[in-house]
Amino acid sequence: MENIQNFQILWFVLIFILLLGYALLDGFDMGVGALLPFLGGNKEEKDTLIASIGPVWDGNEVWLITGGGALFAAFPHAYATAFSGFYLAMMLVLLALIFRAVSMEFRANDPARAGLWEKALVGGSALAALLFGVALGNVIYGVPLTDKMEYAGKFFTLLRPVPLLFGVAGLAAVLLQGASWAVMKTEGELQERSFQAVRVLMWINVITALVYFVVLSVTFSRLSGNVLFYVAVVLTFAGLIGLFFSARKKNDVAPFWESSFSFVGLFLAAGAAQFPNLIAASNGPNFSLTIYNSSTGLYTLQVMAVIALIGMPIVIGYTIFVYRLFKGKTRADDHY
Amino acid sequence: MDALLLARIQFAFTIGFHFLFPAMTLGTALVILISETLHLMKKDDVYRKITDFFARLLGLIFVVGAATGIVMEFSFGTNWSQYSRTVGDIFGPILAAEGVIAFFLESVFVGVLIFGRKRVSPKVYWLAALLVFIGGHLSAFWIIVANSWMQTPAGYEIDTAGKIILTSFYDAVFNPSMIARFSHTVLASWITCAVMVSGIAGYYVRKGLHGETARTMLKIGIILLAITPLIQLGAAHGHAIQVIDTQPVKAAAMEGHFKTGRGAPLYVIGYVDEGNEKTYGIYIPKFFSFLYNFDFNSEIKGLKDFPKENWPPVNVVFQSYHIMVGLGMFFITLGLLGMWLLWTGKIYTAKWYLFWLPFFIPLPHLAHESGWITAEVGRQPWIIYGLMKTADAASVVVSAGEIVFSLVMFALVYLLLFVMFVRLFVKIVKQGPAAP
Repeated sequence: MENIQNFQILWFVLIFILLLGYALLDGFDMGVGALLPFLGGNKEEKDTLIASIGPVWDGNEVWLITGGGALFAAFPHAYATAFSGFYLAMMLVLLALIFRAVSMEFRANDPARAGLWEKALVGGSALAALLFGVALGNVIYGVPLTDKMEYAGKFFTLLRPVPLLFGVAGLAAVLLQGASWAVMKTEGELQERSFQAVRVLMWINVITALVYFVVLSVTFSRLSGNVLFYVAVVLTFAGLIGLFFSARKKNDVAPFWESSFSFVGLFLAAGAAQFPNLIAASNGPNFSLTIYNSSTGLYTLQVMAVIALIGMPIVIGYTIFVYRLFKGKTRADDHY
Repeated sequence: MDALLLARIQFAFTIGFHFLFPAMTLGTALVILISETLHLMKKDDVYRKITDFFARLLGLIFVVGAATGIVMEFSFGTNWSQYSRTVGDIFGPILAAEGVIAFFLESVFVGVLIFGRKRVSPKVYWLAALLVFIGGHLSAFWIIVANSWMQTPAGYEIDTAGKIILTSFYDAVFNPSMIARFSHTVLASWITCAVMVSGIAGYYVRKGLHGETARTMLKIGIILLAITPLIQLGAAHGHAIQVIDTQPVKAAAMEGHFKTGRGAPLYVIGYVDEGNEKTYGIYIPKFFSFLYNFDFNSEIKGLKDFPKENWPPVNVVFQSYHIMVGLGMFFITLGLLGMWLLWTGKIYTAKWYLFWLPFFIPLPHLAHESGWITAEVGRQPWIIYGLMKTADAASVVVSAGEIVFSLVMFALVYLLLFVMFVRLFVKIVKQGPAAP
């Protein structure tokens, strides 16, 4: 494995896994945040919903921080081009993430303005979920780039229909993650409402996923014959069909896993469409940032591979341990 | 205003604001670990109350720190893309390692600390306290590694295209200033919390609130306040020697030392006239030389030995450095005085001492921010000392107008966060350790 290309491919896969982990995990707590007023009928129920994500959301967000660090470490040009090129959009992402993070803590300690902080939680969660999809959509669909690897578009370049579709499909998947998490963690009327949300969001996801896969297969000719793409389609729809039945049977736990499978499918298709690009150029493939022209040196990739391949299994191990500590229905004494 | 200056203002503002919170997190994690260890050993409910109280504060501190920390990770790409392209080989892995090795650990277990009291056994809870402490300090370790590498780069080569290539990860991590800067920063954080704990407990004791819990809290705070600034004196001394050795321009600016010579003076307070290249003030003759290697006649390099375009803004570095040192001396006095009062058993009735303690809570923040300014402004005009100028590091596609937008956004949002943080901090303190 002395060949640098092997490590470039390895790092594409590892960053893919980090971002997927982020989408699935922070996805459910952003989903719960965005759905708060629709699922929670009163303060008590909203407390329960927030308590269900309280102990874990900050660990979930580290998947993004680590994914960003890994992108910086493995493909600094892609990190630099996207973050500086999408400047205003990135500032909106930060704004959303800041409010999403502080709103739960502020709501608990500042009851006089609880309504305001709830709005911040809903807005921050929904906006972040939408913008992440739009950003991914842009780097996959392609943006204008210069021969110096700099972004040559404008803010509104980012809001073209295909990237927006990625945003909508991502938001729909995040909301479904949130609703199915709520089903798993709550009881009674609150759970009943969460089941309703799962059913509605399942149909929305059927539509957005269908459009998403069709647009992908039309836009990216390289996907025809790509096994991963077909696996992705099967995963997503198998997840959604499973969801249809388990929501009918009022199964507590299965919807969350099925929603996650469906989300994995969306991600896998995006990865298949993307590889080996990191930021596709809309003005000609020669300008694209790929894993081959944007990476750090072989030694850096190797050092990082050692850290990641030893470190991440440990991280996943203690993350599972902590999730198990908070397993089962959220109780009143879990509240802030 | 040009985009470069705006980008620098934005970075200084966002990092300066962010730094307030991790500085409290580390010390709070230490206090929680101490009281939870005592709780486990002595099975005394007083310690449980202290842990739970600081866990609630930690929840507030941690969330604002995490929210403002993400901004920093984005900022290298958004505002300093040329820097990111140049140093991805070294700076990227350090940030990624921080995530994998440290921040995951801290963030995952902080949830247990804040929400897990009724869910988990006392031993698991103690383990969570330990892991949050370790995770937080490892996180500081990696961030200081990254910053120290910018001060004293090592373990690299420059290829023909001018790109910095990592040659030894070990040398890059354990670069010449890393250990000194890590110890200095961690101790600053512990002092921050020692003053905070003493201030809060002092307020309770003076008002006669929370009885034994408040007195125990005060004892923990005062012992920390007596020990940490003294250790810091040694750590700071080591750091200063390292700066003189590895960053002589910065060291000279810290003391407003222009001409190379033997027997350099140490200023207690002063002013640097940068135009006439003179420093005025009250000084101790030959003491700067003495502190360097305990020889009153050792030679210290002056600014004039270096090209003027490589000087930092001398007076800013001088003043911020002296504010930090002055406050450090103040904390030593405060801690020793407190220890004496504790030793003689007078502290619980020493209202004159207890009255002032809460007012000192912001002072360590002033000290570590000043130290940070000394370190970072002292490195200018370099972003990586001797290798890359700050002027060459900014993003090329981000316009001044866009930065004005983001700067205004951060100013407003952070003002809101600050006001809310202070209000809720005070509220939690007023509820006290008796609260559920």
